[in-house]
Amino acid sequence: MAENGHKEHPKYFRIFWWLLALTIIEVAVAIPEYAIVLKAILLIGLACSKAALVAIYFMHLKFERRTLTIIVLTPFIICVFLVIMLMPDLTLDTRLDGIEKPAAEVVDTSSH
Amino acid sequence: MEHATTLDHTEDVYEPSLTPDSLGKLGMWIFLVGDTMSFGALLAAYAAIRAGAGIVGWVPPDEILGINLTAFMTFLLICSSVTMVKALESIQDGKVGRMCDFLGLTILGGVIFLGLQAYEWYHLIHHGLTLTGIPEHGLSGAAISGSTLFGPTFYAITGFHGLHVTGGVIYLIVILRNGWSGRYTAEFNHEVEIVGLYWHFVDLIWIMVFTFIYLL
Repeated sequence: MAENGHKEHPKYFRIFWWLLALTIIEVAVAIPEYAIVLKAILLIGLACSKAALVAIYFMHLKFERRTLTIIVLTPFIICVFLVIMLMPDLTLDTRLDGIEKPAAEVVDTSSH
Repeated sequence: MEHATTLDHTEDVYEPSLTPDSLGKLGMWIFLVGDTMSFGALLAAYAAIRAGAGIVGWVPPDEILGINLTAFMTFLLICSSVTMVKALESIQDGKVGRMCDFLGLTILGGVIFLGLQAYEWYHLIHHGLTLTGIPEHGLSGAAISGSTLFGPTFYAITGFHGLHVTGGVIYLIVILRNGWSGRYTAEFNHEVEIVGLYWHFVDLIWIMVFTFIYLL
């Protein structure tokens, strides 16, 4: 621990400016109306870069053992799996639509 | 510092420990890894509910939520993260008074954040965003309609984050009190680093919440 006193500190203000710039870009990207998929990719990419900056520099992951970084990354990978596992629910409504539509057509034909 | 010597001893026999400085740091990291899953589950559920809204539709968040205020709240949390690392940097250089000042600024940032969130919630509830309903008119003045699940998902996620900030502020106040009583030195400051980990995590989660709930 004694070496901490003489340790070179990372340039935190540089990280601050990066985070600020990325936040401004994020808001600028979010305001105009365009394809939601493109917007989602851009915004998630920007958010992940900001989160990475916070974790690597502010939470000192850069200066820890690599094993810790691997442990910290696991929940993010599990979250990706979580979204994949929830995919069937994402399309639930369209599948319900598919069930309802033929029923509606049956009513239509009987009224003719 | 006696546990540090124990660790040094075990290092000779076994593999080096993950965070040799302190077991508390490893404990906090493990808690944060678990907490990431809590927020991951909430955000994934939000995505599923929003995408599943289908024909009922989902009101564009910018019709209900004010982005300017929350962008400022994001800025505030980033600033408080910087003051937090500055506090740790100060105590690592042995400057106790400077650390206390920076911890105070960090707490101030957290308290202002909570105040703004309370202000935002008050206005949203007043405007008609409740657990069972959405406002009749959007911020642009146009009539809006969509899934009433907007309210509960919004309040659950921002509320859960707000509770984390509240916990963080209390945690920081405890550390600041310890700092005042002269507990921390250039050699002994793990506890400041650990509260920092928690605080940066809360900032990191807000970056995600801001993107997914407000901007997308």
